[in-house]
Amino acid sequence: MIYLEKRPTPSRAWALATPLLAVLATMIVGGLLFAAMGKDPVLAIRTIFWDPLFGEFASYTRPQLLIKAGPLILIAIGLSFGFRAGIWNIGAEGQYILGALTGAAVGLAFYPSESRLIFPLMVLAGALGGMAWALIPGLLKVRFGTNEILVSLMLVYVATNLLAYAALGPLQNPEGMGFPGSRNLSQWSASANPELFTGTGIHWGVIAAGLSVLVAYVLLARHAFGFAVRLAGQSPRAAAFAGVSPSRLVLTCMAISGGLAGLAGVFEVTGPAGQISIDFNVGYGFTAIIVAFLGRLHPVGILLAGLLMALTYIGGEMAQLQLSLPAAAIQLFQGMLLFFLLAMDVLTQFRVRVRSGRAQAPQAVVAQPKPAQGTH
Amino acid sequence: MDLSGISPVLLLASLIVASTPILLAALGELVVERSGVLNLGVEGMMITGAITGFATAVATGSPALGFLGAAVGGAALSVLFAVLVLWLKSNQVATGLALTLFGLGLASMVGQAYNGIRAPEMGDIAIPLLSDIPVLGPILFRHDWVVYLGVALVAGVWWFLNRSRAGLTLRAVGENHDAAHALGYHVLRLRFLAILFGGACAGLGGAYLSLVRVPQWTEGITAGAGWIALAIVVFASWRPLRLLLGAWLFGGISVLQLNLQAARVPIPVEVLSMAPYLVTILVLVLISSGRGRAALAAPGSLGQPFHASR
Repeated sequence: MIYLEKRPTPSRAWALATPLLAVLATMIVGGLLFAAMGKDPVLAIRTIFWDPLFGEFASYTRPQLLIKAGPLILIAIGLSFGFRAGIWNIGAEGQYILGALTGAAVGLAFYPSESRLIFPLMVLAGALGGMAWALIPGLLKVRFGTNEILVSLMLVYVATNLLAYAALGPLQNPEGMGFPGSRNLSQWSASANPELFTGTGIHWGVIAAGLSVLVAYVLLARHAFGFAVRLAGQSPRAAAFAGVSPSRLVLTCMAISGGLAGLAGVFEVTGPAGQISIDFNVGYGFTAIIVAFLGRLHPVGILLAGLLMALTYIGGEMAQLQLSLPAAAIQLFQGMLLFFLLAMDVLTQFRVRVRSGRAQAPQAVVAQPKPAQGTH
Repeated sequence: MDLSGISPVLLLASLIVASTPILLAALGELVVERSGVLNLGVEGMMITGAITGFATAVATGSPALGFLGAAVGGAALSVLFAVLVLWLKSNQVATGLALTLFGLGLASMVGQAYNGIRAPEMGDIAIPLLSDIPVLGPILFRHDWVVYLGVALVAGVWWFLNRSRAGLTLRAVGENHDAAHALGYHVLRLRFLAILFGGACAGLGGAYLSLVRVPQWTEGITAGAGWIALAIVVFASWRPLRLLLGAWLFGGISVLQLNLQAARVPIPVEVLSMAPYLVTILVLVLISSGRGRAALAAPGSLGQPFHASR
């Protein structure tokens, strides 16, 4: 009979191995799925994971990798603090939209000025907009004890309606001949967020994402805030004794995640997306949740996971074009990846033991290992 | 603006129809949460039910079989969640989210073949005598059978939780799984059954959207209904009868805002469309603060993984 035995401390080896195993399992099951749909599984997997990097059109697709990974990493880094501390902001999609909206609104207020201050001002406004949107569930949780999962998610739907309202109303391009959508922000030099190094896809958002990884790493490893976050996640009681204020932690984590999601939004609307439109948001806020978990809530892990997830986006688009694979297949693929990761996590937390018969059960109690010593 | 076009009787009757999908999904989730498991995948199970139900109904031409297919589809997806959460001890919040993302992807992939097809019609059943009562008759007793099923299920769940032995065990497992385990109850088995029931109910709720409310397949058809169902469970303080009230409240708001849109009230459509979500937040705030805080009514072991250390 197979049974699980709780490990005294989570296994570090398995914590590193499970994301890789999950990717592998997703490829296998995904391949079977594609085969069931009548596509060549090997070709499909190669199109998704290999061709964007080394294929025929790699010179076009490689820059796309960083363009897609930038917002994913930026949002996931923000989410990882709260997720570590047990604060579940799952409304990053809404905060991303609000960041883009406030950033664009502030910028367009100065149109057609060519001042160099406009872009920094927009970035600041975007961060503050996303932060304010995330602080709504944060403050409600602290003040009234409402569930932040539900409130942050409800605000995503409010944000998508706000986006539609803005694209058709206040932010609509007055010279756009009635088409929905704002002026093109990437073509107005004062607000443009261009590719900084030709052929790399790096824009200011990608640089911000890189910085966020560095800062998050230092915060978690060296700063009292990182300690408070880790402690609150592992043992809320111990955190209380250590003087960590739960309310302040909630507000800080929500503000960080909202601010970074807002930044991602404003960099996107001034760069790759170019304008506020009804379908401006493409689900980065939700995919970033997968990125955060796949990266084990660790900054370096998130960096790698963000790149991988960006790869599936681009590869998915290529597979759509070349193999006429449905767009939803990639969404399914990403959800499956998270499933496999969560399922395999059991190996990090538990040992799998096999016992031959019930008669031996009492021995297992005696044979339990002592807590590991000197591993930290 | 013309508000005279809004008939109160029709409004109340359509309120009951509009509340049915949320009611069904929320009722399933209520049982799941009373057993101590938080399944955030309601949205994913609902939309899976919406497409499996729609596909079955189109294939067989029978809405009733469609609903059966939806219940099976929702329950099948919930098995994934159950295996991960119960036996592989994964984090319930993360797994629930994964279920929603996966379900949305699955549904939109399967649904591609069903764009623009109409669902087979489903007739209303007027209950003899009762449906002839003025005002109340058209509001309450001239609906399709799923509406009646929803209300009957509320009564059934109330009876199960408060009057049956199995319901008592389920509540015990939800309040304190270690104590229930020590008493010899099968914590995981009971939770598995509860999760299956939750999945089937969410599937039914989703199918009501695709087969009756809309009635055709559109991508993202649930539009957050699953999340609103989760909020209603909190609103109801995990009690079935208050759940009915909550579902009617939200049904009412969504119907009212649609009617106001149709009456061309000088409020932007987008602002009206926000109303159900804003009211959900407002209700959550009201119910969470003040006396009798909702959090106190939550099952004791809600969201915690159970590992029998023997």
